[in-house]
Order: sequence, then structure tokens, then C-alpha cells
Amino acid sequence: MAYLSLSNVSKVFGTTTAVEDFNLEVEKSEFVSFLGPSGCGKTTTLRMIGGFEMPTTGVITLDKEDITYQSPNQRNVGMVFQSYALFPNMTIGQNIGFGLQARKSPEKVIKQKVNEMLALVHLEKHIDKYPYQLSGGQQQRIALARALAINPRVLLLDEPLSALDAKIRVELRLEIRRIQQAMGITTIYVTHDQEEALMLSDRVVVMSQGRMEQIGTPAEIYNYPSTEFVAQFVGQLNLLPVTQVDKVNGFCVLAGQHVKFDHSLNRTISEAPRLAIRPEEIQIGIGEGRNTLKGRVETVMFLGAVVRLRIDLGGASLSADLFNERSLTLPRAGDEVVISFPEQSCWLI
Amino acid sequence: MAASMKRRSFWSWLWIAIGALYFILPLYSTFDFSLRAKKGVLTFLAYERIFKDPNFWSTIEFSLVIAIFTIIVSILLVVPTAYWIRLRLPKLRVMVEFISMLPFVVPAIVLVFGLIRVFSGAPFFLTNTYFGTYVLLVAGYVVLALPFVFRSVDTGLAAIDVQSLTEAAQSLGANWGTIIFKVIFPNLRVAILSSAFLTLATVIGEYTIASFLVGIKGFGPYMSLIGQNKTYESSSLAIISFLLTWAFMGMIQLFNRGKADTSALAGAR
Repeated sequence: MAYLSLSNVSKVFGTTTAVEDFNLEVEKSEFVSFLGPSGCGKTTTLRMIGGFEMPTTGVITLDKEDITYQSPNQRNVGMVFQSYALFPNMTIGQNIGFGLQARKSPEKVIKQKVNEMLALVHLEKHIDKYPYQLSGGQQQRIALARALAINPRVLLLDEPLSALDAKIRVELRLEIRRIQQAMGITTIYVTHDQEEALMLSDRVVVMSQGRMEQIGTPAEIYNYPSTEFVAQFVGQLNLLPVTQVDKVNGFCVLAGQHVKFDHSLNRTISEAPRLAIRPEEIQIGIGEGRNTLKGRVETVMFLGAVVRLRIDLGGASLSADLFNERSLTLPRAGDEVVISFPEQSCWLI
Repeated sequence: MAASMKRRSFWSWLWIAIGALYFILPLYSTFDFSLRAKKGVLTFLAYERIFKDPNFWSTIEFSLVIAIFTIIVSILLVVPTAYWIRLRLPKLRVMVEFISMLPFVVPAIVLVFGLIRVFSGAPFFLTNTYFGTYVLLVAGYVVLALPFVFRSVDTGLAAIDVQSLTEAAQSLGANWGTIIFKVIFPNLRVAILSSAFLTLATVIGEYTIASFLVGIKGFGPYMSLIGQNKTYESSSLAIISFLLTWAFMGMIQLFNRGKADTSALAGAR
């Protein structure tokens, strides 16, 4: 039996179904992210694990114990909030020690644990400060330390980096992963940031409209999306209208040019089939044994590490991402180009 | 441009001066009058007589004690109610806010008659004993102070993220008692103090309810009695009660300045 298990869990608010028939098994020390757009039910699912919402149906077990209807203060589950939720009236040390104090732990144990947690998040010098005296990133580290101080059975993080600026976000997510691996703590992480989910997680759950769309490792989710929603939500994707689809031989026509495809996402292809291909799979120039198409460059966008071209194929246009190198000679808007991509990298939706 | 600025500044100062005169002139006149207890001499004689009157001290003591009980009951009643409404019943907030404003609409005389009528017969005989009457007095004042207390506490709650703080405390293993007394109350310190001083100022000078329930024991009825019988002393009493109120207001300002921004600055930014 899995360490944390959600079986047929659903949550209905009035007439709205926030989560529908959700099933998940998480192993001990695993890092699982819930990824999806706003309103997809990821936070509601997290809150049901934390005990802040009661499931309408289904069962939640943690370490073989049924916790479905347990109150949050009985679950021993640590939670980190987007707004940090540090107690403004308490110092950093008191904030971290709050959980142990609520458990009536001896003062000596509390002091030792507070110091240990502060060392873990590298904020030892701030023990006597108040939350408002720290930056956003520091406050979130303290919130993490506070949640970990009680030795929780599961750590829940609800979009913990959303309120921080980009640079701090990248730093802190590395730190979250480091701490999670060092402590071997089972972690559920809610985010709408695909990069965050792919980088941090052992497995990613992609959610949409209260349902689980796909669960898998970051590589599986990105390379083998099982639904159109996952394909579009995770990473960039070109969706190009095609005609004369030959499913048996894997051929179709895109903007009057023949394309060979390797596999389709769904067993059944929609009435208006489209060819899906990620921008980074496309190369400028002819490639041996690859699909080769002619087009005209519409725009060239310099994005730093990547240069994004918009190419008109004559009836359909697609994006192509080129890795930026100093030696790269970029085409200009209006130039005629030949593009190529392997048949394994495109599929029909 | 400069001339227009000057003109605007002149009018601003003129209106400020008119406003100030409107408030200061009657006050100055009262103060001036209170100093004329002896013909042809400016003296604090009226103040001396007031401070020497044992009824002044006994009534002010009585009203202070009643005010303190009113504050305690109000806070214990309103803080958990306002907190629970913000946390679990946000749709009821408008209704509760409306109810809390009723004391501004219903006159105190109606309230005190209602209290006497309901609580002087079976099954409640509260007006038969001193203790029962004091309980009624505190209850009446709790209603009277409701608009100030609810407003202050609700504004205080709006300044903190009640939901997240509660859930954070719960996830750390805290029970409701710990959450209310260690997390919510300390973060409402300024709001609670503001409402406490406003209640104090209201109760100290209240006349209608006090005169019907306890008569001359209250500071409000005492002021009224002095006003009917002693000309200069009543003016000095008016100035003293003004000073008392200002002292309370000053204390609110002092506490507000102290720690007002700790909760506002913490959190996501």
C-alpha cells in the first residue's frame, strides 16, 4: 500500500464539482507536483490532504491510517502557503517553535529544533527578528522551516513561490528540492508553473477541470503527453491543420507539403486533424531522413538563450526555437527557408 | 500659477480657521466661564470644589469599573464572533455589520425601557438586586458600544490574513483556544485597544441608561445633577470630561503608532 493514497476522491461546492474521482498513490519520500491552470482543482485536492476541506466522496489514507475526516491539527501534515502565513506577532524563533509549543514539547527540545531549522534554511542570524523585517524570500524560507520543525508526515506546498520575483523563485526552488531530498520528506507541491513542476518533481500530476489528465515523470509528461490539454499546457506546441491523413502509413499533407508522422496522441483522431510539434524539434535546413518543408520567415524574436522564428508555410504558420549561439547566423524576416524535423517528434491530434 | 496657488492656500486656511473656531470658541467660553466662580477674579475654585466632592470620585470610580467590565464582555463577545464570520461565514458579515449599527438608530431610552421591562419580571428578576442591575447596565453598554467594538475589530481582522494564519496554526497542531488567544488576539492588539478606549469614553459620559438603572451612582447622571444645581462647577465638569475623552483618544493614537504596521508589512510582497 502506498504511503499516501487518495481513492475516488471528489469535492463538490454547491453545484460546482471542484475535484472529480481523483486517484493517486504517493510513495514515501516522493516529490509529486499538481500542475494545472487556475480553477483546475489542484489546491482543493491539496487542502483535502491537509484537512482544510472535507472530501464529498472518497478516502484519503496516510501511512495506512484513514485521515479522510481528521481535523488538520491531528494529521501532522506541514503546510506552506503562498502568502507565507507567518504569525506577525511572533519572532522568527517563536514562529518556528510554534508547532512544537502547541505539542507541549520541552523548552530545550524546542530551542534545539529552532536552531536546527534555521541552520537548514541558512537564516540563523534572524532568530529574534519579526517577519516584517525579512524579505519575501526569507519569509518563505522561515515558513518552510516552521512547517518542517514538527517533523510532518507529509509536506504540502501551495504555490509557495508565486509571490516572489523570478530570481528568488529559481533560487528557492533549488533549495526546496535540496531540503526535501536531505530530509527524505514526502512532498506534494501545487503550482501552475510548468518549469517549476518539471524541475522539482519525481512525478507530475497534470490537472484540468477537476480531473487528473495525466500522471508521470517530468520527461513522460513533456515527451509523451497523453491528451491534447497536457500537450498544450506543458511546454510550447505548434498545432497545424492537416489534410489527407493516411493513418495506416503515417502520412498527411500540411500546407500542400507531405509530412510523415510516427504516432498519434489519441487512438481516434478528431474530425479536424492537426499536426502537433514542439518548436525546439524544428531545425533550419535539410536533415537526413527528416520531414522537410519550405516556408518564409515572418518574425524573428530574440529571447536570450533561445531565438524564436515564426515561419509561414503558405496557409499555416509555426514557431521554431533555435538555441542561441554566437556563431549562429539568423535568417531575417521575409527570407525563404527550409525547415526539417524527425517524424518521431510529431503526432496527430 | 503662483497667484492661483496662493489664492487656493488662502481659502484653505480660511475654512480651517472657521472650522476650528466652531469647535474651539464654545470650549473656550465654557473654560473661561468655569474660571469665574469668584466675582472679578479668574480662579480654579470650581475645579477645587469638584475635586473635593466625594461624589465626583465615587461616580467616576463606579463608571470606570462598569466600563472595564463592558470592555471585557464586548471583546470576549465580538472578537470570536467577528473572527468566525470572517473565517467561516463571510456572507453573514453584511447582516452582522447592520445589526452592530442598530444602537446608532435605536435611542438609548428605548433600549433601557426594553431592558427594564424584560428583566424586572419572571423569569428574570435582575432589577431586584444591585448585582442584577449592574449586570443589566453592563449588558446595555455592551449593546451601546457594539458599533465601535465591531468596527474596530473587523477592521483589525481585515488587516491580517485570518484564513491563512488560522490554517497555518491548525496545520502546526494548534487547537481553537491556542489559535484565538495566541494568534488572533495578539494580532488584534491595536484594534482591541482602540475599541476599548472608545468604549471607555462612551460609558464614562453615558447618561440615559445609567440614570434609569443606577441613578446618581453613574458619572453621567452626576454631571447632569451638577449641571442643574451648580453653574460654575458644571462648566468645570464639562471641561474635565472633555479632557478625559481626549486623554483616551490620545492613548489610542499612541498605541496605534506603536505597533500598527507589523502585520501590515508581513506577508507576500
